[in-house]
Amino acid sequence: MLVSLKDGAKLAGVFLVVCCAALICTMFLSFYLDVLAIHRAIVTEGAESFYQAQVSTAKVVIFVTGGCLLVTSLVMLLFYIRHYIDVHKKELGILKAMGCGAWKIAGHFWVFGCSVFFGGAVGFAGAHLLIPQFYRLQNKDHILPEIVFHFRPLLFVYLAAIPAALFAFGSVCYARRKLQSSALSLLREQELAVGKRPRQVGKKSRIFLADLQKSTVRSKKILVFFVWFAAFCFASMTQMAFSMKDLASEMMGVMILLIGMLLACTTLLLAVTTVVRGNAKTIAMMRAFGYSDRQCSQGLLGGYRWIGYFGFLLGTAYQYGLLKLMVYVVFREISTPDYGFDLPNCLLSLAAYAVFYEGAMYVYARRMKKLSVKEIMLT
Amino acid sequence: MIEIKNLQKSYGAGESRCHVLKGLDFTIQTGDFAVILGASGSGKSTLLHILSGLESPDCGEVRYDGENIASFSDKELTKFRKDNVGFIFQQYFLLPNLNVEKNVKMGAELADNRAFRDTIAAVGLGEKLGKYPHELSGGEQQRVCIARALAKKPKVLFLDEPTGALDEETGRQVLHYISQLQRENRFTMLMVTHNQNIAEMANTVILMNSGKISEIRANPAVKTAWEIGW
Repeated sequence: MLVSLKDGAKLAGVFLVVCCAALICTMFLSFYLDVLAIHRAIVTEGAESFYQAQVSTAKVVIFVTGGCLLVTSLVMLLFYIRHYIDVHKKELGILKAMGCGAWKIAGHFWVFGCSVFFGGAVGFAGAHLLIPQFYRLQNKDHILPEIVFHFRPLLFVYLAAIPAALFAFGSVCYARRKLQSSALSLLREQELAVGKRPRQVGKKSRIFLADLQKSTVRSKKILVFFVWFAAFCFASMTQMAFSMKDLASEMMGVMILLIGMLLACTTLLLAVTTVVRGNAKTIAMMRAFGYSDRQCSQGLLGGYRWIGYFGFLLGTAYQYGLLKLMVYVVFREISTPDYGFDLPNCLLSLAAYAVFYEGAMYVYARRMKKLSVKEIMLT
Repeated sequence: MIEIKNLQKSYGAGESRCHVLKGLDFTIQTGDFAVILGASGSGKSTLLHILSGLESPDCGEVRYDGENIASFSDKELTKFRKDNVGFIFQQYFLLPNLNVEKNVKMGAELADNRAFRDTIAAVGLGEKLGKYPHELSGGEQQRVCIARALAKKPKVLFLDEPTGALDEETGRQVLHYISQLQRENRFTMLMVTHNQNIAEMANTVILMNSGKISEIRANPAVKTAWEIGW
């Protein structure tokens, strides 16, 4: 089998994102359903307002976080499939040339859905470890009657089994679509179906490294999204985490911080690893010609820097808008601390992001240095 | 002048250790066109990689006008390659996302060569500046490699089986361009090949066999790319 379970297991990014989505959705869905069950027992007006706030918070978190992570995992999965097909073009071309149909080959791609299943399962299990503490914190002032947790196996079906089945089906369909090209074009070294590219002849002003930066960024737009998304997650989740300490609970803050860091790390490393691996021959050629290691990393990775900082800016605006909205919608009935833009928190987050991003770039620049020019050329 | 003394290189360790170069000594004069001829596995590509500063030997000397690059650090070798060396490989190694002009600019900028479009025109690709590598034939791609290497104004040009992936007609055309540009620009050229006919175009022929030099001969009757057999 061309696509093995081992290949499916390599989708660490999808696994982590789905795991986070399942963890949050399991916690908040369980809480939401259990809170609904105690509605009749609420007698005071204050408790009713607090109840409404809790229900609205759960809904917002489920839709915003769950939806956002679902879209991210879907984009990641499609990226992985496309990348897998690009890397294994020749093998796939040989299979097609030998008479294997596109559907038959694409059928093997169902294994990519496994990462969703395992991610969902781990997230579901992890949520149940956190739920007792989470329930306690959500009602720490005992404004509501005791909220009893009920185990719902059906949630596992909704959050792990069904998404896994849908993702597996989607993987097969997407792979089938990508495998439409003829055996010959798959066997060819270079991509034939290249989109329209701008003809930039005669532009004298730009230097080669600037040209390389631009073409590297343009060549895989999905990586632009990942770099942007990593910064967006980092900015929004770290700043939101600190605000959550006051608006919700410390536990919520820590959870958001961890999830944000995890998403940012996964997506950024996925993007940069793909850039470095995909451009190994370019790096080798540049080094052979005498470009320094610094110039190589600048040419290939430098173009993503401002995309990252732009993502940070949008993430900051997003978290501010979202929290402002949440405070307005969720807490309008009860007294909460007034929420305003926290500049010191933002600057701290920006400094942390700069360390995180530049640190990652430094590590990858060191990795590039270790690539053997001769080995790359001989492969 | 390139002087090679007792050059040795081996890979692996213990029983699987393989001695690829077993103590080579020879000299290549400045402006010379030398061909290193040998069967597959004779060590000719490893020799080319060491002479061009892509890797270091286990022992021995590689002197460029008296300076031994075998003792250079990685950083020094990078600078050496930047200032002195050009490459043309069998597999082209063009940057796929950049057009012809920008691929050549990669070499030109290292030498601060602003007239690199003339070099592209000299290899007959003046009309294809905006084309991407996948839009070119094999012969055209190799000509872009030639332009890229020459735009760098190298003192020594290294060629590793430059016609290995080309048909006879295109191969002859590529060799014609290379030898013509070498005569015009007077740089030293060192080509690795297993094609004995190509050796007839060189001034000096170095025959390699099992990691040793079996013969070095001067070629008094240099032929053109259109005169040699294929």
